[in-house]
Amino acid sequence: MPAPSLPSTFTRKRRAPGLGESLLRPDAPAKTSGQFAFSSDLYLEGMVWGATLRSPHPSARIRSLDPGPALAIAGVHAVITNDDLWGSRTYGLERHDQPVFADQVVRYHGEPVAAVAADHPEIARRAAAAIAVDYEVIEPLVDPEAAMTAPPIHPDGNLFRHLKIRFGDPGARGEVVVEGDYEVGMQDQAFLGPESGLAVPSEDGGVELYVATQWLHVDRDQIAACLNLPREKVRLTLAGTGGAFGGREDLSMQIHACLLALVTRRPVKMVYSREESFLGHVHRHPARLWYRHHATREGKLVSVEARMVFDGGAYASSSTAVISNACAFAPGPYLVPNAHVDGYAVRTNNPPCGAMRGFGAVQTSFAAEAQMDRLAAAIGMDPVELRLANALKTHDKLITGQVIIGTAPVAECITACRDLPMPEPLAPDAPALALPGGAGLTALPGDVRRGVGFAVGFKNLGFSEGFDDYATARVRLELGPGDEPLATVHVATVEVGQGFVTIAMQIARAELGVREVVVQTPDTQVGSAGSTSASRQTMMSGGAVQMACSAVREVLLERAALDLHLAPADMVLEEGQLVTKDGVASVSLADALKAGPIEATREFHHAPTEPLDADGQGNAHWSLAFAAHRAVVDVDPELGLVKVVQVATAQDVGRALNPLAVTGQVEGGIAQGIGLAVMEEMVLDQGKVRNPSFTDYLLPTALDMPPVVQTWIEQPERLAP
Amino acid sequence: MTDAQPTGADQATDSYTLTVNGKDRPVTDAWIGESLLYVLRERLGLPGSKNACDQGECGSCSVLLDGMLVASCCVLAADAAGSDVRTVEGLSPTGGLTDVQRAFVEQGAVQCGFCIPGMIVAIHDLLDRRPDADELALREAISGNLCRCTGYGRIFAAFHAVKQERARAST
Repeated sequence: MPAPSLPSTFTRKRRAPGLGESLLRPDAPAKTSGQFAFSSDLYLEGMVWGATLRSPHPSARIRSLDPGPALAIAGVHAVITNDDLWGSRTYGLERHDQPVFADQVVRYHGEPVAAVAADHPEIARRAAAAIAVDYEVIEPLVDPEAAMTAPPIHPDGNLFRHLKIRFGDPGARGEVVVEGDYEVGMQDQAFLGPESGLAVPSEDGGVELYVATQWLHVDRDQIAACLNLPREKVRLTLAGTGGAFGGREDLSMQIHACLLALVTRRPVKMVYSREESFLGHVHRHPARLWYRHHATREGKLVSVEARMVFDGGAYASSSTAVISNACAFAPGPYLVPNAHVDGYAVRTNNPPCGAMRGFGAVQTSFAAEAQMDRLAAAIGMDPVELRLANALKTHDKLITGQVIIGTAPVAECITACRDLPMPEPLAPDAPALALPGGAGLTALPGDVRRGVGFAVGFKNLGFSEGFDDYATARVRLELGPGDEPLATVHVATVEVGQGFVTIAMQIARAELGVREVVVQTPDTQVGSAGSTSASRQTMMSGGAVQMACSAVREVLLERAALDLHLAPADMVLEEGQLVTKDGVASVSLADALKAGPIEATREFHHAPTEPLDADGQGNAHWSLAFAAHRAVVDVDPELGLVKVVQVATAQDVGRALNPLAVTGQVEGGIAQGIGLAVMEEMVLDQGKVRNPSFTDYLLPTALDMPPVVQTWIEQPERLAP
Repeated sequence: MTDAQPTGADQATDSYTLTVNGKDRPVTDAWIGESLLYVLRERLGLPGSKNACDQGECGSCSVLLDGMLVASCCVLAADAAGSDVRTVEGLSPTGGLTDVQRAFVEQGAVQCGFCIPGMIVAIHDLLDRRPDADELALREAISGNLCRCTGYGRIFAAFHAVKQERARAST
């Protein structure tokens, strides 16, 4: 991997004030009192409501479509379909293969066919339902294995990507061999805030969109192409975002609302129902995985063979990146000298799949860790010891040939997790709610068996495979009210709940020695911040904020040095004062700012990466994070009921800038993992989603969630700001 | 705010007055199919109650109706006329944060925050009914309030902080 290009102003001499402290979220008071405006809370005088008509069939041809009955309803302002589009008819994150509205063909259950604007949301829904569509239903292609050889269901074909990894001697054989087939179901992000936003036509013929998303600039570029507008006429502002978890990386209502706003010349509000949300965003790829592990009798891994098929559903979304991660991290965080991996991401008539927390790495982790348990059993070795004996460390090679030059505290995570306290045994008089089956009152304490599972995982941070990943920050320092120095941070970094708004304040305080920091509402009036995904924003946007603050500080030091007839190099910024290095003279920040505000805009780019080659080899990743988990579960084997009693975890968090926020992130991530492991799955029947509601798609509740015992391995990444 | 109504066979409209957070709020010529949640959010300018499922499953729209905790998405607004409706906006008599709200802020219980107003209403309701509620009672009480961000751990911490603070205040 090439040497990182860090600016010389990056310093880590001391723990700066503000970093490492659990500063409270600035948006939390408004969020607890109902005053925080989410994207579904927006209102403008004269606005109308949008609604989407979606295909009830996973695969069909549209013989005819008549908007007449909808337009005849009083209060309906517009109906738009594929025939009304004037810009690009398709969009997509990596490939523009997804139609704005079905273009003669529908390829998944829930594909948008038309959109309606009306005075009242109920009128809009009824009008959408009144549109007369004559479908010729086609047998859907729902088997991802069959999709590889079936006739293409899209002009781009049915294979999104076949990634081969050939590492070392792919034919290497071990003394102990274990083999298994695994399946991971389709998980939904189930963020609580539904897809929603408000599109407002502007006087210059453009449009303003207030929306919940993950990446404003990539939304803007796709929307602008579909509206046939220059980018500067499409202005996005982040509206309060009720979670994301990958499900807002792809567009949902954005283009439809903007089209309706331009057609009706009125503000258009769209809010998905929960059912529409389930149908209207991408999901975690379901996967079928076959693995064969080879090891020595002493428990050293010799080779890992794997073949995996990821069902990408009808459109590409981020499938090519998902399968890349799945393949690169296929063996788990272990040193494997030889590997032979084939990963396929394919197109079917199932719902489109894309980003969800830890994409790719989650599916393979499930299979690879199950293999490690099988291997431990076959060798007769303690499963934790087997993992320790093979743990990756710095300077080891991944199966993509990349040498890890950053931190890789895998063994530390494993031992720290192993050593965390175990829960109390199940009490004979445990309340029924604490037993498997919970409120169903089905399990008896005497029938319950307790088990312990251990798993280790890893994933990449930031975008990989040659993508020029960067974030922009603009920082302005000036005299605020009462001549108090005030820093304003302007980033397009989407706050989905992860807490970057707090981190940005902490970084600005630490770098500039100011108390008052305002983080502006993210919008497209500043450069791109990249996506709030891939575990990247604290390092990427945080790095950009730090760089911009450093640039502002340089000007402060110049001003102070000029005042004192010294060189800027003789001065430092300490605790809100510009002080000479010998500590003799100083200039206050407020005095230095009397000459006027200081503003700087900077981009942070992470070190370049490269695409994987034909053998799946290359320095594709910038940085990695590792975690070990131990789950204690009570099971009623006869009833098949599971109760997770405790999850212990040790995680490689780099440097915890806000310990309280890290605690919450770890707990929340574990809740979604428990959901995937024991409760959650989108149920499909011939491509139709059978459980698009919180009645039938079960999320972990407060009763399902066990205590989480956590510890962190804090080894700041050398490559990180 | 909006005064539109849907048309069709069941286009009946009604005018009624809701009592929300102690104030009479007239609702004029509204489609009778509108939920209390919709009327609060879209007609009365009170969007604090949230709309995550509109099916009574997620708890984010929780309000108190004559002191009873309900999912406002499953109550017809016109049926609530004559009842006392208390929303998250009306929990604090002073207009500042209640002890539960403050504890949520201080314990890191808020991430995206979409579920939080409903969660706060539900916890106030629990502590009003059962001041001695323990953690299992809390878990049961908010098992109808889905949170996708936090894994509930910091919410439990906020609950314990409130109980401790109230215990200190009463001794």
